[in-house]
Amino acid sequence: MGFERFGTVSFVSQAKVSEFIDFLDKGKVMGTQCKSCGTKFFPPRNDCAQCLGSDIEWFEITGKGKLLTFSKLIYAPAGFEGDLPYRICVVAYEDGVKVFGRISPSVPDDDVAIGMELVAVPVKLSGEKIAYEFQRP
Amino acid sequence: MQKVGIIGVGQSTFVRGYEGSIRELAFEGFQEAMKDAQLKPKDINASLICSAPEYDKQRTPAGLLAEYLGLNPQPTFYIESVCSSSSMGLRVAYSMIQAGLHDIVAVIGFQKMSEISSAESQERMGRGADIMWESPFGTMMPAYYAMHARAHMNTYGTTEEDLALIRVKAASYGQINEKAVYRKEVTLEKALGSDPVATPLKVFDCCANADGSSCIIVASEKMAKKLSPKPVWILGLGAASAAINMPGRETFTGLTCARDAAKQAYDMAGLTPQDIDVAEAHDCFTIAEMMAYEDLGFAERGKGKELIRNKETYIGGKIPVNVDGGLLSKGHPIGATGGSQIRTITLQLRGEAGAMQVEGAKVGLVHNIGGVGIYGNVSIFGRD
Repeated sequence: MGFERFGTVSFVSQAKVSEFIDFLDKGKVMGTQCKSCGTKFFPPRNDCAQCLGSDIEWFEITGKGKLLTFSKLIYAPAGFEGDLPYRICVVAYEDGVKVFGRISPSVPDDDVAIGMELVAVPVKLSGEKIAYEFQRP
Repeated sequence: MQKVGIIGVGQSTFVRGYEGSIRELAFEGFQEAMKDAQLKPKDINASLICSAPEYDKQRTPAGLLAEYLGLNPQPTFYIESVCSSSSMGLRVAYSMIQAGLHDIVAVIGFQKMSEISSAESQERMGRGADIMWESPFGTMMPAYYAMHARAHMNTYGTTEEDLALIRVKAASYGQINEKAVYRKEVTLEKALGSDPVATPLKVFDCCANADGSSCIIVASEKMAKKLSPKPVWILGLGAASAAINMPGRETFTGLTCARDAAKQAYDMAGLTPQDIDVAEAHDCFTIAEMMAYEDLGFAERGKGKELIRNKETYIGGKIPVNVDGGLLSKGHPIGATGGSQIRTITLQLRGEAGAMQVEGAKVGLVHNIGGVGIYGNVSIFGRD
């Protein structure tokens, strides 16, 4: 249990990487890294498909990433209507890790541009829900 | 190795709200294909049932449809790769025939999307992505493709007008396709002025959900020559996959699964993009057709916009694409779509496409994508 707290609507409750949620509670957005071959993963994985090992450790997604692409949703799937409008995006970091998420409402539409610098920050949602978003550094 | 041919094709009219059950819907495409092939159900050695789950309540639809279509006691099973399910069905049928297991296989695609609301449908389609790490952010198909459109525009200078021109083309052919759900003209002004869905994509950049069925009858070389006056041969088949999650993608300006599948299909057929006379591209969104121009090698990377600006993908152009209206005008009943595309190319190669005919078409291509570039299927067909 634990993963059901992720995002506006979560579709998964159990995962071996549910500790991701505990880290969000502590203010950290984390990825995983394979201890044997060193491959970094986001989204976090419990298992490495490169060397077929399951010995992983956590690392923090820190520093500035660059916006690769984004879209602003005017319509939403069922269950997300209350969040509209919102912008989904992919952000790339220097170590090659890419992170999918939303751009914070604190960033005005006119300021959003591919290549802009963003940082990943945990955000508390209504109820016990939690997620992360991308804010200006 | 023997050849494998298509000896019968059929599809239902694609509609917004089909007034019947999924078994009756599937019967329509099957009936047309069987009449086309002049076969009876007992002549079919196996059936492959292709659709995406969760749009209707039926579990294990292969069992249901095999009974209703008169295909018991022959083997039947379900094939799923969401939007490319029936192209994957063709691949499996080809394999079964080449292996010598069967001589005649029916690939049956269907989808009744109107059983659920549009928002529910978006939610299900959004879950055709990574439900653990992406769906909780409120994803949906138009938004995923919109991120590709944004990247394509930023990298290559493609414009919203270029995308709108693809819709204008689709609508010009959709008007003359009696099987299409959307049969009205779309002007450039109308397309550009439509409401945004997920920026930069607007209502007219998106295909419509639809209910429909398709059926392709696939046969061994021996049976195809015996039974069909105009068999259409499978010359090349390509299939590939890419990461379901967006961080796993190498690029957002194209779909690697389509590029990989295209290379396999061209290599198997011993052909190049220049050899293709007519193509069906998976235009679930206008940007998807733009990327297909480049992923299939019809244009260099970033030059897809020149093809549509110069009307090179219209009939009479260098490479006519989606001259049946495409998914944008025909509608996109998930599991039936690939079969409908294969039907169009088969009719083109037989010279039976009517007002949509590309004169003298000898080689045709189908590009059918599942999810946002999770599954890529490219198939190449030819005639004697």
